[in-house]
Amino acid sequence: MTSANALPSALPRLAAVLGIAVFAILPTAGLPAFYDSFFYIVFFWISLSTSWALLSGFAGYFSLGHAAFFGVGMYTTATLTTQFQVPFLATVPAAAAVAALLGIGIGAVVFRLKRLRGELFALLTLAVTFVIATIILNTPIDGGAGVFMSAVPMPDIMPTQTGTIYVLGFVMCAATLAIAWKVAHSRLGMGLFAIHDDEDVAEAKGVPTFRYKMAAFALSAGIAGAVGGIHAMYVGFLTVGGTFELTVPLYVVLMSVLGGSRHWFGPTVGAAVITTLLYAFISGGEAMIGRAIVGLILIVAILWLPDGVVPAVQKWFRKRKASETEPAASIVPVVTAPARPVGERTILEVRGVTKRFGGLQALDGVDLDVREGEILGLVGPNGSGKTTLINVISGFYPLSSGTIAVDGAQIGHLPAHEVAGRGVARTYQIPRPFVNMTVLDNVALAATFGGPVRPAAEVRDEAVHWIAFTGLAGKEQALPAELNLHERKFLELARALAARPKLLLLDEVLSGLNPAEVDNAIRLVRAIRAQGATIVFVEHLMRAVVELSDRIAVLNEGKLFALGAPREVMRDPRVISIYLGKAYAA
Amino acid sequence: MPSATLLGQALISGVLAGGMYGLLALGLSLSWGLLRLVNLSHFALAFLAAYIVYDLGTNYHVAPWWSAMMVVPAMFLIGVAQHWLFDKFKVNELASLLITFSFAMIVEAGIQLHWTADYRRFETHYSTWSLRAGPFYIPVLELVLCIVAGILAWGTWLWLRKTYVGKALRASAEDADIAAAFGIDHKKLAYLLSGIGAAYAGVAGTFIALIATLAPAQIWAWLGVVFAVVIIGRLGNPLGALFAGMLIGASESLAMAVLSPAWAPVVSFSVLIVILLWDPDWL
Repeated sequence: MTSANALPSALPRLAAVLGIAVFAILPTAGLPAFYDSFFYIVFFWISLSTSWALLSGFAGYFSLGHAAFFGVGMYTTATLTTQFQVPFLATVPAAAAVAALLGIGIGAVVFRLKRLRGELFALLTLAVTFVIATIILNTPIDGGAGVFMSAVPMPDIMPTQTGTIYVLGFVMCAATLAIAWKVAHSRLGMGLFAIHDDEDVAEAKGVPTFRYKMAAFALSAGIAGAVGGIHAMYVGFLTVGGTFELTVPLYVVLMSVLGGSRHWFGPTVGAAVITTLLYAFISGGEAMIGRAIVGLILIVAILWLPDGVVPAVQKWFRKRKASETEPAASIVPVVTAPARPVGERTILEVRGVTKRFGGLQALDGVDLDVREGEILGLVGPNGSGKTTLINVISGFYPLSSGTIAVDGAQIGHLPAHEVAGRGVARTYQIPRPFVNMTVLDNVALAATFGGPVRPAAEVRDEAVHWIAFTGLAGKEQALPAELNLHERKFLELARALAARPKLLLLDEVLSGLNPAEVDNAIRLVRAIRAQGATIVFVEHLMRAVVELSDRIAVLNEGKLFALGAPREVMRDPRVISIYLGKAYAA
Repeated sequence: MPSATLLGQALISGVLAGGMYGLLALGLSLSWGLLRLVNLSHFALAFLAAYIVYDLGTNYHVAPWWSAMMVVPAMFLIGVAQHWLFDKFKVNELASLLITFSFAMIVEAGIQLHWTADYRRFETHYSTWSLRAGPFYIPVLELVLCIVAGILAWGTWLWLRKTYVGKALRASAEDADIAAAFGIDHKKLAYLLSGIGAAYAGVAGTFIALIATLAPAQIWAWLGVVFAVVIIGRLGNPLGALFAGMLIGASESLAMAVLSPAWAPVVSFSVLIVILLWDPDWL
């Protein structure tokens, strides 16, 4: 990296250090107490909205139940301090733990059901909030009268009460932002961003989606719980109505979305802006006009900046930089490598594989062996079970019966991400890139989760290599929407290759390409094989099948119908009859 | 355990109160199910209508049915205007939720500015009328509300099932592109549906003015329950919304009678959670 590039990357770090320093010494500056509580409220909303974004922004599991975790944290602290005389500071971790456990409990049920994505997840979390609120209201935790915290001693961190609250809020906020930054720049964050865009594909690329969602939920809920614990001390008097208010989750959502909920710093911007606006108008006397103006600003902001402020600013910077450098897009010609002989080792062993969907028998006792370095063409009429076989091998569908082994290891009953971890990669017939990630990030994700554990720089180099290999050099920073179909198909290949698979499953990579692009793709598949991969590919284009395959397997009505060398199989009258009818078979 | 008469009375009151949930859920279910827009401002519009009916009735002695004649078309126009905004900016589900929340905030502020935060009650000589059936009392206004809600739900259901326009709307909700390829002008229909949804908020508002006590913050009071009703009744299904409303109303009322009033919210949301997790075939 040159020194010219080092400066902009050091700038945010410098700003962060400066910001922390300024806010840390602020209470000693002798400002009126009003400022302490104003800044505390800003910190409070920043922490809360950032914690929401960890699950709902990063992973796209939009929750309207953030008040549940926040409220459980508040009541944990209130109960422990007033009824069990636990020192206030010791209750904050407990509040975090209880809220995190609640999140894990909900996640353990909800994340197993694929149906509960999107708005149904949002409503479920909302419903959980109301149920918890009612339980707290009707049990001695609250009892309907509310809980007074005034007798609880405040720790003497600062000379004044408001000063102490300020420091607690500040520490909480800094810690939350540090966690959000760390997550956004880690494997976990990368996986969560992929889950946001396409959860099934993320799983197929090796992201342990269930575990990651649970981790994000626990973190998100835990932080909200800790924030609630501190906030209980700030408000001093808790009521169920005030704690589990619907406006809490809605404000959190608004702040995150306004700032940009997919960016770790987005909620901070949104929370700071909205809190300041609300405060300015409400303290100005006309609270209601203030709320109306805030509402109006939000409508305008959401309509014009649907992705949020921070991503919009980033985009603007990227555009400015791009127009300065203007990278030359070049198509690297694919190197044709000599074919390697097919080895003796069996890479894929399919035995008696059966897959039923209700009454439909999609696969019926399929046996298949594929040897190392082999290219096996999988053909058959529509509905014969080709794609189902790919889906079963890659772990997307669970097996009904039978066994599948890859390189000797049984994978038939593993979840898809573990199958990917054993060296199986696949492409999709209709490309399914992660739409909010650049080409580079798309490929880097596959390299990170599919291949061996490596440092980020090495993963990046690997990704750049496969992007160039598939002829996409110069498009690294492009978003998938900016690619044409041909390029998106090759992005699928680059993603599959970056995982360094032992077994590569290609689902109709050639469909929709023009003859020149098909030639290019055929050369590419040969080059992939030359790297040592074993390939099973589903294809309708017979020219490509015959040219590429070492052997052809024909599926018909879920059964293996024929298997052998390409020319023999394609001349077999039985095979011709299933394609064209008996009259042509003679 | 309360007596059979008390339980019966609770059941009747619950079903009738559930009519209000159903009526509010109706408009919400239509826009969410058929336009994929979640309209939180539905409640704000209903309360705006209620305040107008209250104001006209109390200060100018206009009968609520005459007020409704004016308020309902006005709400229709607001619904169309809202949809113009959604259409122009190609708003998705999530953004629609946030925008309508902001809009509801603005309406709430407007109501509070004009009518203050005080509790308001529209007093009429018929507000306490009730019929007697054996040992049970049936409040007349709630009964009328349920009948109106029933007619609207049934009519909307027929409209969606039997008419060309209704079928076109359902086709567009399933796959807008394919529907467009068959010559369905989804955009025009969406304006119509949006207007109708808002007009239903006007109808609900008229009854809110007659039955409930008005306060600006009440806008948010029914949000949770009505969302539960919309989901349980299945998105875009008007009859489902009404039946789910009555089911939730009845179960809440029974819970109040058997346990205590404070436990009522647990019932509706537990029903919602169970249904979301279980996903039974009959829904």
